[in-house]
Amino acid sequence: MSDSTDEVRSYTVRLELVDEPGELLRALEPIATNGGNLLSIFHERGNVTPRGHIPVEVDLEATPERFDGIVDALRDAGINVIQAGAEQYSEALTIILTGHLVNTDLSDTLSRIHESTDATVTDLSLSAPEGTDDASSARIRLATEEGAVDETMTSIRAVADEKGLHVIEPLAAGGEA
Amino acid sequence: MRLAVIGAGAVGSSVVELASDHGHSVTAFADSSSAVIDSAGIDTAEVLDRKRTDGVVGSAAPEDALSAEYDVLVEATPTTLGDAEPGFSHVQAALERDCHAVLANKGPVAERYADVRALERESEGGVLFEATVGGAMPVLSTIDDFDPSHITAVRGVLNGTANFILSRMATEGLDYEHVLAEAQDLGVAEADPTFDVDGTDAALKGVIIANVLADDETEYTLDDAEVEGIQDISGSALELARADGRTVRLIAEVVEGSVRVGPRLVPDNAPLAVSGTRNIAQLETEHAGQLNISGRGAGGPETASAVLADIGRL
Ligand SMILES: NC(=O)c1ccc[n+]([C@@H]2O[C@H](COP(=O)([O-])OP(=O)(O)OC[C@H]3O[C@@H](n4cnc5c(N)ncnc54)[C@H](OP(=O)(O)O)[C@@H]3O)[C@@H](O)[C@H]2O)c1
Repeated sequence: MSDSTDEVRSYTVRLELVDEPGELLRALEPIATNGGNLLSIFHERGNVTPRGHIPVEVDLEATPERFDGIVDALRDAGINVIQAGAEQYSEALTIILTGHLVNTDLSDTLSRIHESTDATVTDLSLSAPEGTDDASSARIRLATEEGAVDETMTSIRAVADEKGLHVIEPLAAGGEA
Repeated sequence: MRLAVIGAGAVGSSVVELASDHGHSVTAFADSSSAVIDSAGIDTAEVLDRKRTDGVVGSAAPEDALSAEYDVLVEATPTTLGDAEPGFSHVQAALERDCHAVLANKGPVAERYADVRALERESEGGVLFEATVGGAMPVLSTIDDFDPSHITAVRGVLNGTANFILSRMATEGLDYEHVLAEAQDLGVAEADPTFDVDGTDAALKGVIIANVLADDETEYTLDDAEVEGIQDISGSALELARADGRTVRLIAEVVEGSVRVGPRLVPDNAPLAVSGTRNIAQLETEHAGQLNISGRGAGGPETASAVLADIGRL
């Protein structure tokens, strides 16, 4: 028997920083020291909030448990955390579609998925080893709202069913996709 | 304890072979056409030898084993769907005379769980079936230790043949048909691997787990499971998964009263991404996080060990 923590998810945190040197670094430190993995930082320098603060959007990966620790640590450090509420988190979801993807109009499939769910396709890789007329596979990465994964999967399944495609779904254990 | 072992295949024979090691004697042993009975304990070496050379265990009729003297009946006949016979009747015979029943056969607890439990309630004997889920792995006894009410979900790789095929396809970049043929040559897959690759075997195990978790409130059978196999998984799908740090595993998932078996994407380094014929069960506990139990999910001595562990628990 062994122990394992929950699996990693991606989160977006909105912060408002005081416009002082070293402030950004001070905000990023609790993320690293609490086991978060920084993905990107969106620092709107020219943009200042009515209170004279600088809004910063940080994308990071962490387990849900660590993420809670990160938010606590940020607040403990006196950093102004604007959004880290559950409804703000976005979940990344990866699926693989197989079948006659090209013959069944892949771009239509993607736009149908986009229309019938609130998910956005953020990445697509296609593999058609036997040429486009044969069965092929596509790996699709979607961003969806926290809690909307089941709904998104239901819609994807319906689109795939209709087109005779096969979906390999992620295992949602602990939320990782 | 005195054992009546019904079924003389890989599992039954191993139970007979290992029984004395665990302090038990075998007073009856049956295959499909014969039985050997001795209230003082059969000569296990001689009987196993006879089974190997003559194809029979003795000169008595198989049903005579059911009325022999024993404390525990070990059910190791083939798993059947629907009425789960002949396994179910064997379990019934044991319980009706207030003896215990220990099953390796999945049929009765996957397809007729409520019937088995009803017979158990009327009997002085108990029913245990650790061997039906995950071979040597202590999955059901761990659920029992934690108490089913504290387990919120169980996910696992519960079929070694399917897992062997998927992990080999992924690492070697080979096609399904090719790897299946190889698995058959190696004896990892049976001549008829249908139940392993179409998800039925994993689903039966999922259903058994669901029955245990439901604690007699709801009965599950194979019909309640959503089942998809691995026959349609292509090399290119595995390739795409791998390029993204993932892989595909045939996962049985029991959560909130639903049983689902199908190929799923899992991170390459996730505990569930075991390779080869290895099995794993991941229990989601209410107060203790995730618990992973992995090990050999099949094989004669492995499965017999789980049977003997059950006998020890009676
Ligand atoms: N093998 C594993 O790793 C494993 C793991 C977990 C659970 N199980 C389950 O354990 C059970 C036994 O598996 P196995 O691999 O040992 O199967 P097996 O090798 O096919 O052996 C089945 C045995 O049952 C006997 N049998 C059939 N009908 C009978 C009847 N009416 N009365 C008495 N004996 C009868 C057969 O007799 P003959 O010898 O005369 O044909 C044979 O000896 C199955 O239900 C299986 O699903 C197996």
